[in-house]
Amino acid sequence: MSDTTLNNRFLVREHHPENGTLLGFWLYLMSDCLVFACLFAAYGVLGRSYAGGPGGAELFDLPIVAANTALLLLSSITYGFAMLEMQRGKVGAVQLWLAITGLFGAGFLGLELYEFHHLIEHGHGPQTSAFLTSFFSLVGTHGLHVTFGIVWLITLMIQVGKFGLTTANKRRLMCLSMFWHFLDVVWIGVFTFVYLMGVL
Amino acid sequence: MTPDLQTLLLGKLSLEAIPYHEPILVMTFAAVALGGAALLGALTYFKLWGYLWREWFTSIDHKKIGVMYIIMGIIFLLRGFADAVMMRIQQSVAFGDNMGFLPPHHYDQVFTAHGVIMIFFVAMPLVTGFMNYVVPLQIGARDVAFPFLNNFSFWMTASGGALVMVSLFIGEFAKTGWLAYPPLSGIAFSPDVGVDYYIWSLQIAGVGTLLSGVNLIATIVKMRAPGMTMMKMPIFTWTSLCTNVLIVAAFPVLTAVLAMLSLDRYVGTNFFTNDLGGNAMMYVNLIWIWGHPEVYILVLPVFGIFSEVVSTFSGKRLFGYASMVYATVVITILSYLVWLHHFFTMGSGASVNSFFGITTMIISIPTGAKIFNWLFTMYRGRIQFEVPMLWTVGFMVTFTIGGMTGVLLAVPPADFVLHNSLFLIAHFHNVIIGGVLFGLMAGINFWFPKAFGFKLDAFWGKVSFWCWQIGFFFAFMPLYVLGLMGVTRRMSHFDDPSLQVWFIIAAFGAALIAAGIGAFLVQIGVSIWRRKELADFTGDPWGGRTLEWSTSSPPPAYNFAFTPRVYDNDAWHDMKAAGFQRPTGGFVDIHMPKNTGAGIILAGIAGVMGFVMIWHMWLIAGVSFAALILTAIAHTFNYNRDYYVKADEVTTTEEARTAQLAQLA
Amino acid sequence: MSDHHHDHGHHDDGHDHGTLKSYTIGFLLSVILTAIPFWLVMHKVLPSKSTTALVILAFAAVQIVVHMVYFLHMNTRSEGGWTMLALIFTMVLVVITLSGSLWVMYHLNANMMPTMQEMKAMP
Repeated sequence: MSDTTLNNRFLVREHHPENGTLLGFWLYLMSDCLVFACLFAAYGVLGRSYAGGPGGAELFDLPIVAANTALLLLSSITYGFAMLEMQRGKVGAVQLWLAITGLFGAGFLGLELYEFHHLIEHGHGPQTSAFLTSFFSLVGTHGLHVTFGIVWLITLMIQVGKFGLTTANKRRLMCLSMFWHFLDVVWIGVFTFVYLMGVL
Repeated sequence: MTPDLQTLLLGKLSLEAIPYHEPILVMTFAAVALGGAALLGALTYFKLWGYLWREWFTSIDHKKIGVMYIIMGIIFLLRGFADAVMMRIQQSVAFGDNMGFLPPHHYDQVFTAHGVIMIFFVAMPLVTGFMNYVVPLQIGARDVAFPFLNNFSFWMTASGGALVMVSLFIGEFAKTGWLAYPPLSGIAFSPDVGVDYYIWSLQIAGVGTLLSGVNLIATIVKMRAPGMTMMKMPIFTWTSLCTNVLIVAAFPVLTAVLAMLSLDRYVGTNFFTNDLGGNAMMYVNLIWIWGHPEVYILVLPVFGIFSEVVSTFSGKRLFGYASMVYATVVITILSYLVWLHHFFTMGSGASVNSFFGITTMIISIPTGAKIFNWLFTMYRGRIQFEVPMLWTVGFMVTFTIGGMTGVLLAVPPADFVLHNSLFLIAHFHNVIIGGVLFGLMAGINFWFPKAFGFKLDAFWGKVSFWCWQIGFFFAFMPLYVLGLMGVTRRMSHFDDPSLQVWFIIAAFGAALIAAGIGAFLVQIGVSIWRRKELADFTGDPWGGRTLEWSTSSPPPAYNFAFTPRVYDNDAWHDMKAAGFQRPTGGFVDIHMPKNTGAGIILAGIAGVMGFVMIWHMWLIAGVSFAALILTAIAHTFNYNRDYYVKADEVTTTEEARTAQLAQLA
Repeated sequence: MSDHHHDHGHHDDGHDHGTLKSYTIGFLLSVILTAIPFWLVMHKVLPSKSTTALVILAFAAVQIVVHMVYFLHMNTRSEGGWTMLALIFTMVLVVITLSGSLWVMYHLNANMMPTMQEMKAMP
């Protein structure tokens, strides 16, 4: 709203500072970028230390990685559809697209857990070499972020269901949107730097 | 209890964790228990718990949170200094056959705790406390961008600090030095809980610091008063902005590195192990990528404090405001390009070492520019040697010497001789004490009247300053000498008796500093005792130049009844020069955030979770983790977080202030 | 802080919200930019490993920009330019952290890791 001044050029009658939530969340995401940068750096330094064991070429199953990439990419666009419906104020459609996003995310996690379980079962767990340590930590941290994202998504679905598309809820949906797309950006780094280059 | 049930519930914790057989610790515990009981008893007797909970612990007011940070910092200063005194005494007597009173395993915990406490629980909280208190006032705002998060950040820092204190009486602390390098800090060589206390206290406090960084950046970007462009912000706000940028950019690295270390310790991964491909130097590399920006996080805010103090007590606008801003921004960026100078000796070779040596020398230049700007501000000013100005002049001399020894160390061949010697210890204490501590003392003396409505006693302030200033030189100049002679750091015993005299001089210096701290505590006590004489009703006891001085002392909860409109730098000075008149009526409702207990509850759960993770109490860890998540989610269901201060209440408050000012006329 | 004062439209602070068209374009571009690297690696299309590595890294960089523009709606107006500034600063630091760590650690390993002779001489 416009600031109507008093009869005093040094003061403003009513001042409503702009809301800082979206900027604040973006700043948090930048800090999260740096956490991932450290994990990528660790993978970069330790990623060829196989301790006499197998490397990426032997262990990585690229079709599964491709499937995972597809699931995450699809979840990104379904979240985008949820945001479009949010702008139109359609609660039901928002909920539908959020649910589909969550399911894609859960699918991603399920496949990843399967992959991890398979590796550990065959004696290639994170304790066996620095390569596997850094692999499990980087990919696992990404997976943990996706998990938190899904918990947040469910919470928001409940909150939108209960309270509707209020300004506060819309801001929260926009924050989750940033988070979700950011996770897809990190995944681009993961599938390229870890999986594809690991197999080369 | 069956052994299995005991392990499930209590993990590694048992009665053996309590150090009954260490007399120093038993005596310390007795003192703490007595003192603590007295304090808690007094609070209960005077029925203050309700007041404390409502007015302070659940407060989201940046001013109250700022004060709590500073109180916390001062309390931890006493603990950290006690560690320092123990080290000085040990090193002044332990020669030849005399083993001193601290066996190595205890001495190692003392120097580790000294470093961790001083950096993370003294300097960081004090600096954060100042930024919290002052920045919203300086930019004409009513609070920070995320008031609840601010409260939560404080309690997370306090929770981390509590864990460090608990390590004194249950279990032990790390023996690795304040940065806990592996392999020593790995599970193979430190199987005890000490390093775990270190990790969890820093991770918990680190979350608080990171969120506070996000908070203050958003505040400065979004909540400045109309007309306050970036280049019209007070210089302390500029340095706070850059500091918080450093925090957001550096602390994630600490989080990641400590997480990797804890995975090595808890899960048996191989980040930093000696075998299976691990690389301990990667820890050193990453931790200093955090560590160097960290020291700038400590010093940039105090550069801002000095700028405000120098311009106020010289009665002049700060010289070279624009160059100060550019210097601060340049320091912020360059601080990411120097980290290797902390491990020149680890063998990265000439090309790497010379690159980082050069960048280290370059980064001293903007700081030098700042010193010249302060001197030029003082030149031809009408200087008032109030206590903050004394600390500032002391800083200029002391910090400059420390900076010069830093540039000396920046030369890799010189560093090869001096690395990890007492020369290094003298250098960083020189810049941290001469810079950060002197700046914090200047800031305390400067802004105390704003926060509490009365000045600090000047006599005891001067006593404190001189004891610190002279004490510092006696305590640390001998260490430069010893370092040049080749004496290594962190030694609890020496064979060469010719070194002893230097250590005795240093111990004398520590005694002087102790007197300085004592004088500071006396200063506070005497000031409270004499608060009526020392009272300031103007809100502007020093002839201040920035907006915080336009409010009453202390300011009302809402800071400004009407948001100021800014036209120039030194906005309050500008307003006074133009004959600003305070409005006496026409007040409106003011939108403010509500207090909440969610911050302290969440941080408390986090602290419990840290403790149980340290002791491998997995079941309770799982439960507390779930509790943390559920409480956080429950908190998000609270949409009712603000209220309006009614215009009537604002009118009453403002009328009281008008009356107060009229009395002075 | 205040809830009800910012309901005016959706384009305050330059926050972009995207359209069906922009999301679809972003999605399709991402699919292509993902499929090609996978194909290059899985079918060993290029003879040189280092060329393949460079190509897929380039594709990753481009796809990240696509995500930033089409999904995250990055632009220079958002939050008065602060969003972009924060991103650039962070990217610079990420590059310094990654390249700096790799450079330093490579040199440390090259200079300090024991040779096979030295390894054999160890107990």
